[in-house]
Amino acid sequence: MKQTTQPAAYTATQNACKLCTPLGASLVFKGIENAVPLLHGSQGCSTYIRRYLISHFKEPADIACSNFAEETAIFGGGANLKIALENIRLQYAPEMVGIATTCLSETIGDDVPMFIREYREMCRDQEIPPLVHVSTPSYQGTHMEGFHGAVKATVETLATGEKAEVPGINLFPGMLSPADLRHLKEILADFDSPFMLLPDYSQTLDGALWTEYQRIPPGGTPVAEIRQAGGARASIEFGRVLASQKESAGRFLEKRFGVVNHGVGIPIGITETDRFFEALETITGRPTPDKYLEERGRLADSYVDGHKYVIEARAGVYGEEDLVVGLVAFLSEIGVIPALCATGGNSRRFRDRIAEIIPDHERKGVTIMDNADFVEIEAAAEKIRPDFFIGHSKGYTLARRLDIPLIRVGFPVHDRIGGARILHIGYRGAQSLFDRIANTLIEKRQDTSSWGYTYM
Amino acid sequence: MAKAEKDQEMEKEKIKLEGMDPEKLKEEMLSKYPTKVARKRAKGIVVNRVEGENVPQIQSNVRTVPGLIGQRGCCYAGCKGVVLGPTRDIVNITHGPIGCGFYSWLTRRNQTDASTTPDGHNFMPYCFSTDMQDEEIIFGGEKKLKQAIQEAYDIFHPKAIAVFATCPVGLIGDDIHSVCREMKKKLGINVFGFSCEGYKGVSQSAGHHIANNEIFKHVIGTNDEVDEGEYKVNLLGEYNIGGDAFEIERLFDKCGLHLVSTFSGNSSYDKFAKAHTADLNMIMCHRSINYVAEMMETKYGIPWIKVNFIGAEATAKSLRKIARYFDDPKLMERVEAVIAEEMPVVEQARDEIRPRTEGKRAMMFVGGSRAHHYQELFNELGMTTLSAGYEFAHRDDYEGRKVLPEIKVDADSRNIEELKVEPDEKRFRPRKTPEQLAKLTAENLLADYEGMMPQMKDGSMVIDDITQYEADWLIETFQPDIFCAGIKEKYAVQKHGIPMKQLHSYDYGGPYAGFTGAINFYKEIDRMVHSRIWRYIKAPWQTNPELAATYAWD
Repeated sequence: MKQTTQPAAYTATQNACKLCTPLGASLVFKGIENAVPLLHGSQGCSTYIRRYLISHFKEPADIACSNFAEETAIFGGGANLKIALENIRLQYAPEMVGIATTCLSETIGDDVPMFIREYREMCRDQEIPPLVHVSTPSYQGTHMEGFHGAVKATVETLATGEKAEVPGINLFPGMLSPADLRHLKEILADFDSPFMLLPDYSQTLDGALWTEYQRIPPGGTPVAEIRQAGGARASIEFGRVLASQKESAGRFLEKRFGVVNHGVGIPIGITETDRFFEALETITGRPTPDKYLEERGRLADSYVDGHKYVIEARAGVYGEEDLVVGLVAFLSEIGVIPALCATGGNSRRFRDRIAEIIPDHERKGVTIMDNADFVEIEAAAEKIRPDFFIGHSKGYTLARRLDIPLIRVGFPVHDRIGGARILHIGYRGAQSLFDRIANTLIEKRQDTSSWGYTYM
Repeated sequence: MAKAEKDQEMEKEKIKLEGMDPEKLKEEMLSKYPTKVARKRAKGIVVNRVEGENVPQIQSNVRTVPGLIGQRGCCYAGCKGVVLGPTRDIVNITHGPIGCGFYSWLTRRNQTDASTTPDGHNFMPYCFSTDMQDEEIIFGGEKKLKQAIQEAYDIFHPKAIAVFATCPVGLIGDDIHSVCREMKKKLGINVFGFSCEGYKGVSQSAGHHIANNEIFKHVIGTNDEVDEGEYKVNLLGEYNIGGDAFEIERLFDKCGLHLVSTFSGNSSYDKFAKAHTADLNMIMCHRSINYVAEMMETKYGIPWIKVNFIGAEATAKSLRKIARYFDDPKLMERVEAVIAEEMPVVEQARDEIRPRTEGKRAMMFVGGSRAHHYQELFNELGMTTLSAGYEFAHRDDYEGRKVLPEIKVDADSRNIEELKVEPDEKRFRPRKTPEQLAKLTAENLLADYEGMMPQMKDGSMVIDDITQYEADWLIETFQPDIFCAGIKEKYAVQKHGIPMKQLHSYDYGGPYAGFTGAINFYKEIDRMVHSRIWRYIKAPWQTNPELAATYAWD
């Protein structure tokens, strides 16, 4: 569904705007308490993915691997997976092992569920932690499919229908920053409701210094809470694109255990955050705490004050489908025209979600691109000439070439510190984004003015 | 001496030895592993003991145990990422799903100066992938690969295009080499492929070998044009991280050496093509590139020497070694003059810093040469290397090339092609007379690398393919003053409250090669081990000092 504004449709991908599926799955498993992610395949995959996550979060990220050799690729990876599981179990005593496949084991057709059964059989006298398996060949989808797939696989494997004493709320936030996850926990706590946030890497991938050696960093969603996900009061799942797909963790729980699922967009900006708070009010029967109403008020006030700087500015937005949709919702409400909305994802639902938010996108001349790479994005951006880009650090090259400022959000942010601390969601996240955008535009105007005003 | 005093002395001696027996420490470290794993790991963990020319045998270049979290990458990473990554004017196409190409997209901080080639081509900031999808896995990806090569050609008109295979490619049976031959014929430029599927070999090392083979087959020797200039040399295994190559090039210029080509820091395709016209090959990273040097010696008659430009003393020694090879008083004089001019500033910096770093202890686990080379710099600062090891080296990198005849080729290495090389009828040209060669060989100058272990102290721990658990254990046990490895280890080490220096990417610093680089490194280490930031961290042994162990020679 490529847009006609693109240059010649290339077969090859140049400077990709997406990452591979097992990265998303690994990130989810890093967000479960005392879990160890295990990639079934070549050790290169775990090394590359670790390196990418570590460079962004600036935290240790151990991901084990079943270390295929050439003969494993010929005879199958069953033996390697069992040895890997055994070594992980003895070294780390994990409460869960999350197994994601790689292109290698997928291409040779390894039957991982069978290997897991065989391993359980082999260790039937011992206590084996839950083993969650998700199929993540990189030739299907992007890191987001890997992410959502791992969340769903975890819930499917662990949720039993068992109920907590006080049933809580399941929250599936999608791929957000540790700062976002912390903010979500604060909000849920303020609604005074128990909750299960999956995944929660807010501490495992953004933790304090250690006073003693940690085999697995503290934090993460407790396995026991995931087991009770089927007995929750309701689920909330972020992402309009995800909500339009057939399968998700929230939908599974709804179908299997009758837990009502609320699909809302990633709460970026006032409108989408309002929807999230409405869902919380509906589920808990409590009003939104004053603290958030005040934040909302201050945010709206700043929208008014800063309006003159941002109105009709044109933005180039790129990244994961749902993040772009969330950012577009926010940009639209502050008067910025998201002139270029691009994603490397290819769910075929992206365009319609953008259209939902900007019904008059054609009149406004908004270019929507999915399955796009940075060469295509750059070609489009050259014509559109947005006033700023908003996206991850891989867009730096094009922003530099076109001499357009880049506001860094999402993942990865490899060329700045604090990627883990970027707050995108809630009224507070919108406040921070709004200030950054307005100041970027002011700065540009100030720098290019012949006068050098100190009063803007 | 009074008896009581003597007893006390004995007692102290005993405690010291007991607390520091490295063999016992090794045992303790391994005790947390399952028996089978411990047995395997024990062979790769060796307490060093230098007796004459001999050091203990260390197991290396064997598979990592599944489930142990290690440092190693894959064959593709060694081939595309390490050896071919820094080549600016070859369009590198990753044939495979998107991850592999994305993760190797200019992440090694290789620098290059494209203004030194007339066309100014630089494709390094560019990442080209066939982004294989389901249908290619099922029906084959050759068609898409051809199209990608055509597109790369149409967009850039490069001199050469290289194709790198990832895991699925070998499994589904895509013949990248026949596609490359076809496209080479069609486009009239050099197009060649690397069968560097990630599952080959046991580490990046296999990829280095494959990269060497294909560059040797397809590029070296394709341009017989001979450069002007005296003392023509190639520098092999230097990847220009943080601008190292620029500093080395500066020194070569000053000494009057003519650099024909570098594999592959700040390199260009045309220079590779005429590398066979040089008169000497110099190897920096022995592990990643010795294959090409040996093949060039057989085919073209170019001898090779091992050099090291990490450390000021090592740099001076290497420059002198080059001069000895050319055996020309003019060059010798010039080299001495350069050293005499450069050294005073280095010495001044070192003498200023050394009192603060003297006696501090380092550990380094990196690469196939770096863990050796960087010990030079730490020695110059008066620091001791307690423990070191490589990520993907072979026994000869640890124990020296003298062990090459006894290394058994296992199944994993046998799968990597060994090219059969014959002297080139037209291009083979002996650079030295048999007498000269005999003399240089007698001086241990030619084709020799003594390895890392002979230069390390007795009792130091040499650990191959270290695991995360072992690294953590070492840190807890020894509390080194600095720990060197890569980004994957960085934050775990810092969580322990120990300064951590990345020796792959240099932590955004550098250059550290040559004389200027040495000064940069001294300053960097001084800053790191004395940063006040560590005051904010209380490490366990600061409240519990008896946890600390030291080595006998401390």
